[in-house]
Formats: sequence, C-alpha cells, structure tokens
Amino acid sequence: MRIVKVLTVLAVLLAVATFAAAEGPVLLNAAGATFPYPIYSKWFDLYHTAHSNVQINYQSIGSGGGIRQLLDKTVDFGASDGPMNDEQLKQATVPILHFPTVLGAAIPAYNVPGVQGELNFTPEALSGIFLGTVTKWNDPSITSANPGVKLPGDDIVVVHRSDGSGTSYIWTDYLSKVNPAWQSKVGKGTSVNWPVGLGGKGNEGVSALVQQTPGALGYVELIYAIQNHMPYGKVKNSSGVFVKADLASVSAAAAAAAKFIPDDFRVSITNPEGKAAYPIASFTWLLIPSKFTDSAKRDVVKDFLKWALTDGQNYAEGLSYAKLPKEVVAKEMKAIAQIQ
Amino acid sequence: MATTPNAVTPTEFTATPRSLLRRWTGADEIAHLITLIAAATLLLIAVLLVYQLWILSAEARTKFGWSFFVTKTWDPVAGDFGALPFIYGTLVTSAVALLIAVPLGVGAAIFLAELATPKLSSSLTFVSDLLAAVPSVIYGLLGVFLLVPVMRTTIQPALKKTLGFLPLFQGPSYGIGFLTAGIVLAIMIVPFVLSVSREVLLAVPRDQREAALALGATKWESTWKVVVPAARIGIFGSVFLALARALGETMAVTMVIGNNPKVAASLFSPGYSIASVLANEFSEATGNLYLSALIELGLVLFLLTFVLNGLARLLILVTTARGSGVLPT
Amino acid sequence: MSVRLVWRKSLNVFMLSLTGLCALLTVSALFFILGYLVWNGGKDLSWSFFTHLPAPVGEVGGGMANAIVGSLKLLLLAALFGVPIGLLGGVYLAEFGGRTVPFLVRYTADLMNGVPSIVMGIFAYALVVMPMHHFSTLAGGIALGIMVIPTVLRNTESFLRDVPRSLREGSFALGANKWRMVATVVLPAASRGILTGVLLALARVAGETAPLLFTAFGNRYWSPGWMQPTSSLPVVIYTYATGPYEDWHRQAWAAGLVLLGLVLITNILVRAFLTRGTAYERT
Repeated sequence: MRIVKVLTVLAVLLAVATFAAAEGPVLLNAAGATFPYPIYSKWFDLYHTAHSNVQINYQSIGSGGGIRQLLDKTVDFGASDGPMNDEQLKQATVPILHFPTVLGAAIPAYNVPGVQGELNFTPEALSGIFLGTVTKWNDPSITSANPGVKLPGDDIVVVHRSDGSGTSYIWTDYLSKVNPAWQSKVGKGTSVNWPVGLGGKGNEGVSALVQQTPGALGYVELIYAIQNHMPYGKVKNSSGVFVKADLASVSAAAAAAAKFIPDDFRVSITNPEGKAAYPIASFTWLLIPSKFTDSAKRDVVKDFLKWALTDGQNYAEGLSYAKLPKEVVAKEMKAIAQIQ
Repeated sequence: MATTPNAVTPTEFTATPRSLLRRWTGADEIAHLITLIAAATLLLIAVLLVYQLWILSAEARTKFGWSFFVTKTWDPVAGDFGALPFIYGTLVTSAVALLIAVPLGVGAAIFLAELATPKLSSSLTFVSDLLAAVPSVIYGLLGVFLLVPVMRTTIQPALKKTLGFLPLFQGPSYGIGFLTAGIVLAIMIVPFVLSVSREVLLAVPRDQREAALALGATKWESTWKVVVPAARIGIFGSVFLALARALGETMAVTMVIGNNPKVAASLFSPGYSIASVLANEFSEATGNLYLSALIELGLVLFLLTFVLNGLARLLILVTTARGSGVLPT
Repeated sequence: MSVRLVWRKSLNVFMLSLTGLCALLTVSALFFILGYLVWNGGKDLSWSFFTHLPAPVGEVGGGMANAIVGSLKLLLLAALFGVPIGLLGGVYLAEFGGRTVPFLVRYTADLMNGVPSIVMGIFAYALVVMPMHHFSTLAGGIALGIMVIPTVLRNTESFLRDVPRSLREGSFALGANKWRMVATVVLPAASRGILTGVLLALARVAGETAPLLFTAFGNRYWSPGWMQPTSSLPVVIYTYATGPYEDWHRQAWAAGLVLLGLVLITNILVRAFLTRGTAYERT
C-alpha cells in the first residue's frame, strides 16, 4: 500500500539522519554573554579547526540567559560578564566555577548628528542621562566637559539592553558606585528597571539601534563599536582623568585587582584607582560546572581552558580585548584541576 | 442463492500474504480506536498546554494576585512584576493595527464581493492569501530596515506638525514604537479581515441587493446600507479574528516596538507587548519568580486569544448560517 | 437632475473607487514585499551562501548552509509528528465520530490554531527541553508539529466530508468493511485536498521563528542527529537583522528571500494547481 511505502521511506530517512554523525565528535553547547561573543566565536572556531572532532556551539543570548540555562542544565557551560551572585550559586546542583577569560570595556557609543570625534563624559553626565534627568545633548553637564565641540539641542535617545546582560551589570555596577541616586533608585543587575530608553537585544541589538537612531547613546563592549565604526567617548575616571577605553587603560584597571583576586575569581573592577585606568572595565567569565558526568566533555573543557588561557590570549588584542594579567592566569591554571 | 435485499454481510476474502490485516475481524474497531486516539491526542495536548501554563505561573499568581494586572513596574532586580505595560502595549498596537486594517480590509472586501468580476475577485483574494502566508520575521525585516527610517524621518515628524496637539502624537520620534508596530501589524492582518469579510458579504442573498436597487438606490447605497449591515455580524467576527492574530504576533512586533516596558500616551513612544517580552526575556529569566511572572503573561495572552477566537468563530458561523438560510435573519 | 441625485451619484463613484483603491493597496503590498526582497536579497545569493557555515562574528563571509538544512530537518519532524495525528484525527471526525467528541475536537482544533506561536514555544520548552536538559531539533520539531495538527485535522475532515456518499456506498456494496472503505476509497478520493492542507500547513510553520527560540535554540555548526540544537532560517534572519554588522544584514536579506520564495512557491503551486477541481475551504 502506498501509505506503507511512504512510511517506510520516512523511517529510513529518519534512521539515516539519526545515525549520520552520531559517534565520534564531542559536541558541547554553551550560551551566555554577548560581551565576549566576538572573541569566543573566534576561539571556538580556531579550536574546532585544530580539533576537528570537537564542536563547541556557543549562542550569545546574554549573560542572564547563560546563567539561567546553566542552572537549568540545558547547556554544558555558560558565560557571563556579571558574576553569579550567591543566591544563584546556591541554586546550582553542582558548584559552579568562574574562569575569567579576557578583559573588556563597556563604552558609551553615540550617534550625534554633526559630531564625529570623541566626546568626554563625566560620571554625573552618564548617570544623569541614564536616569533621564539629562535629556538633551547640549545639557551643561555634557557641554562643560567638551569645550569647543558644537553639540546640538537634540534629544538624547538612551539605548539599553532588553535582555539579561552582563554588560548591563558592568554598566549599572559603575553607575551605582558613582551615583547614590542611581544606587537607590535602580541598583545594579543583569536586568534592571531602566528609567528611560529603548531596549536592544544583546550587544548586537544595542549597537544596531545606536547606529540607526540619530541622537542615540548606548553602552556596548568596545569591539562592537570598533567593528561597526561607531564613535565612542572618553569617561572620567576616579582620578579625574578622561580616559578612552583601550588595551592599556583596561589592563591598568585590572592591575590593582589582579594581585588580590579572590579564589573564586569574582571581582568588580569598575571605578578603580589609577590615573590611567578606564573606569568601566570588567573581566568576563566562563561559568564551568565543577563536575562533568561525560568525561569526554570534561576533557575538552579543560583542554580548551588551558588553550584559551595561553594561546588564545594572543587573539584577544586583535579584537581589542585586553589579555588577562599573568597572576590571574597562573591562578586559573591551578584552578582547572578543580573540574572533575 | 437467495439474498435479502437490505442486509449485506462482508464476504470473506481468501487471504493473500499481503493482507494480514484484512483477516482481523475486529479491524473496524481497531481503526475506530486508532483514529479516536489521534483525535484525543489533540485534546490531550490542549489540556496539557493549559495545565503547564497554569502550574508554571503559580508562583507569580499567588504572590501578586489580581494586582499583577494593574502594576506598572517590571523590575527583575527587586522581584516586582506587573503586567500592565505589556497588556497596554499589546492592546495599543493591536488597536492601531485594527484602525488601519479594518477600513482597508472591509473596503477591499466590498470591492471584491460587489464590484469585481468573479475571476478578478478570486485572483485578488488569492494574492491576499499569499500575503497572509508571508512569515512574521520577513515583515520584521522590512519593518526594521524600510519602515522605521521612513517613520522617523518623514511620517512621524509630519504627524507631529499636523496633529501634534494630541498627546498621541507628541514626544521624540525614534522611528520605533507603538505606531510603527501597529502599522506593521496592520499589513499582516489585512488579509484576514479581507478574506472573511468577502465571504460573509458574498453570503448575503442576492435579493437583498436587488431589492435595494429596485427601490432606486445607487450601487454604493445598496452595498453600504443593505448588504454590509446584513453581513455586519460576520464582519465583526473577522475583526475579532484579526485582533486575535494581532495580539499573538511576536517577531515583527519585537523588532520594531522598542522593548521598553512603559505605559505612555504617545504613539511615538517605545513600548513592549506580551509576546515580545516573552521572546526577549524567557530564555534568560533568572529566578523562579521571574520565570513564573513571564509564564503568567503567556497565560494571559493564551486566554485572550482563546476568548477572541471563540467569539469570532461564533459570529462568523451566525452570519453564514443566516446568509444561507439556516438561521432566520 | 436634483442636487441630491448628483450628490448621491458622485458619492457612489467616489466610494466605489475608494474600495477599489483599498483592494489595490492590499494586493500591491505583496508585490512590493516580494519585489523589494528580490532586489535587496537577490544580489547576495551566491553559492557560498548555500554551502558554507557562518563565519566568526565580525568577519565577512560565510553562509547559511546549516540553517537551511536545519529548517528542513525541523519541517521533516513537524510533518512526522503533525501529519499522522492530524490525518487520523480528521478521519475520525469525518467517518467514525459521534456528536460530543467531534464537537470538542473541532472546537479545540480551531482554538489551538489561534494560539500564538510563542506560547507553543514555551509549551515545548516545558514539555521537552526541561526534562531532557537539552535544546534539540526534536523539541523544535515537536513545537512545530503541534502547530501543524489542527490545520491538517480540520482540512482532512473537510475534504473527507466532500467525498460523495455514492463512493462510500459503492464500496460497502462490494463488501468492504468500514476501514477498508476509508483507506482505499475515500482517502484516495480526498487525497489531493488533504495534500493541499498538509503542504500549506508545513509552509506556514516553515516561517515560524518564535517557537524555535527556546527549543531548537541555535547552532553555529552542523547539527547531527536530532538531539542537538540546530540553526534554522527564520531564527538566523532574526538574529542577523537585529545585529549591527553590515555583512549580517546582507545575509539576512538573502535568507529572507530564500524563505519567502520557498513559502510563496509552495503556496502558489498548491493553491493554483492542486486545488483545481476540488472545493478548497479556508479554515
């Protein structure tokens, strides 16, 4: 009968597809931060080229997503630029280890008609903009820091993240440190109750919105602004110097923390001491479970980590991420042994 | 051999290797059972769906109760969740969409039902059905790259200049927001209004039109004052159907609405809809309360579309039944 | 002629032309969409688009091979899940049912049809992904399959009912029992219409994005078997369109053209050719 024939064909198709590539390759699924997505995607690609039977499928859905999927155990490991807090760590059935991978910076990218160069932003200006108290580009808090630049009277279109984001965590962590009003009104977190603005999904979405909306100001990871040729500003650090985010200033931000980094590697380096330090920088972490049931996966993860902390670091600067300080790398190599 | 005229007993076939199934005398019962199971599976899935939505939203439901529907804040840090911005956004974008799509769809339906030749009518309906088949993400693509810049640079400023005294058209024009989302939705739901309205209009019996014309009405008067009122209920049904569709649209709306949970009077303002917040935040909701609040939103959406669809089907049924003479007018 | 008559006559012409304008606008929307996609997406369709995997973020090049294959696999699963249940359910409603169960099933099917696809995605997440602790093609296929069932079911029932009684009674007269009659006489007679419904339902779910967001998830590589996350055309279009990279945008247009082309071609072929001679009823 025709139906039987059709069903047989379908069953054969199904069987073929199921067994097509079943044995051999080690497939890992990971999800999380969009902040380091450019370098992670490069790393996983390079690693796959070097070890053709390993595929690490990383989906950039935001740090919040990475943490959640890790806790739900639907991915093998996660990534986040906002470290997991104690409450989240308690929810994990297996202890989660944080492994910093690179250093990056959250920068204010903007799209102001008529302004091509760099603008200087003070902490007051930035927190005012995001609180919604500073609404126009020619507001005194901005013009006073930028003498000689003609700023239009256009409205500032604030762009923030619509998804759970480590980049948001870094940004709100900084704003909470520099502005008590922000701290009490909004606070810090991967998802906050933003007073104003448009929401974009991922660093990708925020970059796209800033590019497409005249008058926009949003926070993104440095590489996104560079890859998409977007102007971004300098931020005044705790020593009063306007610093632009680059390899030197980000490394300077981590320098102080590097020597005293805690064993679980969870540390915030926003608004640090140091004249050359960029105030809104951060480590970004891979969130690795300390116990793997699949030994093949565990071995791949450990090997990948070792590679990322050594050879992988050489690719960081090409994508404008700063390398990890040597002390941190040494400590992490020892910590890899904790993964079982 | 005498055979009774009415009773036919199934004769037995000599079995061939291929027809093992035929030998089973209970074959009819088995077939009945198998098909019943298939039909029941659908019922099971529906029940399971409602059950899952109910159970998984329990935490939020017990914590917030009815105040969930009137709270404006959506604060994941503080654990305070309210559905109002999303319900508002969903309703506003759908209202804008209906305001545009219903006149357009009904107008086109009138043309197709009353004026066009049958051939033209069915070919144009064919094209309209194709429009309904275009995936949502394609509308989103066109919305983001085509519509948003046009809105921001041309249409919204023009509206501000002419109608800016209304709170609806005030505020900075970003290009994305309630109005843009409503326009994209309108294009997506026009085919539904069109096709159902056309059918109910065609179902109005000919003598109604001819009676009006015989009394000296122009074609328009006959259509507008006699035919359309007769099909009125079905047209409402099509509106409900289109509304139900608009409420659940996800991708196109997410890409142009602005993703900001605010309740604002201006149509230029960015907002958020239930479907959009689910798409954006579901895979990342850290914490059970957050997830539960999102699922409660999903439940609300489900119930809304459930009720609207039910009403729509009823109305359409009544009109076509009337038109075909089953029910009295 | 009185003023009032002139007014009525001109109103007549005016309003009727307005309705014609409405029809024109609606119809031209489709041609505009199609034309724009062809113009914008056509120039980026290339061999590498169809055969390469995506490039690392920020780098130019790469293609959508895994997304295309992923979508096909998802459709295959959706068909395997949805079509048998829908088909057999439709047979039940048309041939075997009584009064209450068929009424319930019909009502449920119509309502399930109206459920927003994002809610289906949540359902499939709770049903498949959470217990399995794994995003997978299977979960995505199930989500899409559930969406296919109501359409196929109602459609099958409708076309089975259209088969004339004489065919059934002739079959009985020749000594067939009920299921044989259905399987060998009625179903083949209605097969064209049923196939129409199946293909249209599949074309519809081929373009669905929302249910795949938390079920099939996404994959930068090939997805072997059924238990791994997979890339799919609609999700990739969404991801690329909302990103900042020019190269992503170009690829999104090209992918949009491919997706729209497939959906429209299926719809046109099915509606124009398969339904010749059969009464086609829209649900």
